[in-house]
Amino acid sequence: MKKDLTQQIGFAFLFLCIILTVLFLAAILLFVTVKGFRVISWEFLTQGPRNAMTEGGVAPAIVGTLYLTLGAILFSFPLGLACAIYLCEYSPKSYVVNIIRISINNLAGVPSVVFGLFGLAVFVKFFHFGISILSGSLTLGILVLPVIISATQEALLAVPQSIREASLALGATKWETIKKIVLPAALPGILTGVILSIGRVAGETAPILFTAAAFYRKGYPDSIFSEVMALPYHIYALMTEGVHPEKQTAIAYGCCLILLVLVLMVSLVAVVIRQRQRSLSHG
Amino acid sequence: MTILGHGGLSACRGRTLKTMRIKERCYQWIFTVLAFSSLFFLVGIIIVLFREALPIFSKVKVGDFLLGQAWYPTYDPPEFGILPLILASVWVSLGAMVVCVPLGVGSALYLNELASHRQKAILKPLVEILAGVPSIVYGFFGMVILAPFLQNALHLSIGLCLFTASLTLGIMATPTVCSIAEDALSYVPLSFREASFAVGANRWQTLTRVVIPAAGSGISTAIILGMSRAIGETMTVLMVAGGAAVIPHSPFDPVRPMTSAIAAEMGEAPMGSDHYHALFAIALVLFLITFLFNIIAELISSRFRVKLGLSG
Repeated sequence: MKKDLTQQIGFAFLFLCIILTVLFLAAILLFVTVKGFRVISWEFLTQGPRNAMTEGGVAPAIVGTLYLTLGAILFSFPLGLACAIYLCEYSPKSYVVNIIRISINNLAGVPSVVFGLFGLAVFVKFFHFGISILSGSLTLGILVLPVIISATQEALLAVPQSIREASLALGATKWETIKKIVLPAALPGILTGVILSIGRVAGETAPILFTAAAFYRKGYPDSIFSEVMALPYHIYALMTEGVHPEKQTAIAYGCCLILLVLVLMVSLVAVVIRQRQRSLSHG
Repeated sequence: MTILGHGGLSACRGRTLKTMRIKERCYQWIFTVLAFSSLFFLVGIIIVLFREALPIFSKVKVGDFLLGQAWYPTYDPPEFGILPLILASVWVSLGAMVVCVPLGVGSALYLNELASHRQKAILKPLVEILAGVPSIVYGFFGMVILAPFLQNALHLSIGLCLFTASLTLGIMATPTVCSIAEDALSYVPLSFREASFAVGANRWQTLTRVVIPAAGSGISTAIILGMSRAIGETMTVLMVAGGAAVIPHSPFDPVRPMTSAIAAEMGEAPMGSDHYHALFAIALVLFLITFLFNIIAELISSRFRVKLGLSG
């Protein structure tokens, strides 16, 4: 009897844990959605800020976030793909794999603000890119590289060995097999990885603090060497600078909602693709 | 090693065969070089941190820098003691662990052991998605909602303090700890559980005496990675911790962790000044701490794989 009572108490505790986790997060989403929804309008989405950030919209910040994200993915996707192909397909010696794996894991664990400093010292200062979309994108690209590599690797590993062997047996070379057989088969998985990393990049703030972000910029950026406004930084700036806290908080709610919708939609798509992939491969 | 297959291709004429072989070689070389990019960047980060941090140590001794109790980088003469910042980081992260370890591991146990298929199909993607909510959103939430609420409820003089920062960070890290712990639990073979049931244990006993010990090192990896992430988290603590660079005496004091000192001050520090180099030195300390955590996590998880007879 005592045994069963302990079990019931224990299970109740675990249930409480998951409920609390989901509740906390639901509360955050709810607050942001309800309060953010009030300020969102067509004008908010399509116009620039006015009157010292207390009125108008946040369109330049949305556009800036899109540019930065696009730049980061363009930089890190080819690199990540190549790295994953090497690790999975060319099956190098195990100590080489280990070195690369350990450096990927450690790169994934580097605090985001350290990436920001790296970007400042290397891209902004050493290469003289200045505070620009280019510097920010490269910094974010390095940050997200480990995510892309592990996702792509997982996708490549899921491709059955037999179809590689079949292709090689027909006389295809290694590269032909990779290009025409393995990559098409792994494509949905690779896409999932890329999409997930888009969500990650769009929300990062610390790496762009000193490499790309501007509190206010008139109009849209016109080249990859111009500063940009970005949604996450805009939220931070609205909350910590300026002289009209109340008006600025309202706008920050709106920015939070846009950012959340952007990131959550993107990861929802990724999760759905992956779920479908999993049920296909198990069914 | 010849890269080309045997059989079919031997029918090719010599010249094409040769060019193809060269092409294959080229591709292999390209991939090999690009594969080392993460090592390249990691080493690059280490070099840059050391290069930009070292000048400060010609002015301040390493011991004074790490253990000095006053951080007044803009005073004349400036003082560069980062002990208050280190302690702030450590306390905030430990506080966050108190929140996210029970919640995260508990949720993982529920998901993996108790949840029905349908519950799992909803809750697992939900947790995965929530792990992707940007940290700035948590910081915003902590600043606008949690801090005023705690200030009223606990009659604090300042809402933005160590306690609020820990709580916000803990909530934020919970989904991450949960996903990694859940992975570790899912590797415990079914046969372990069946053996436990067969000798008369109930589900709770199986859970606490068989499954958790078997997944123990996987769960500790989750906790260490969670800790490493909490120490390195920037935006949340920057917005919520209050920002005072003094050694905290109570959980309700405002603090300035290492990450927020870097983020808040780098914009104002003139390039190449002592302050600039000191901030890089803080980043170096931060990097070394997280590096250590990651290596420990790596060692534990490789032992874990061996223990459960998994490959690698």
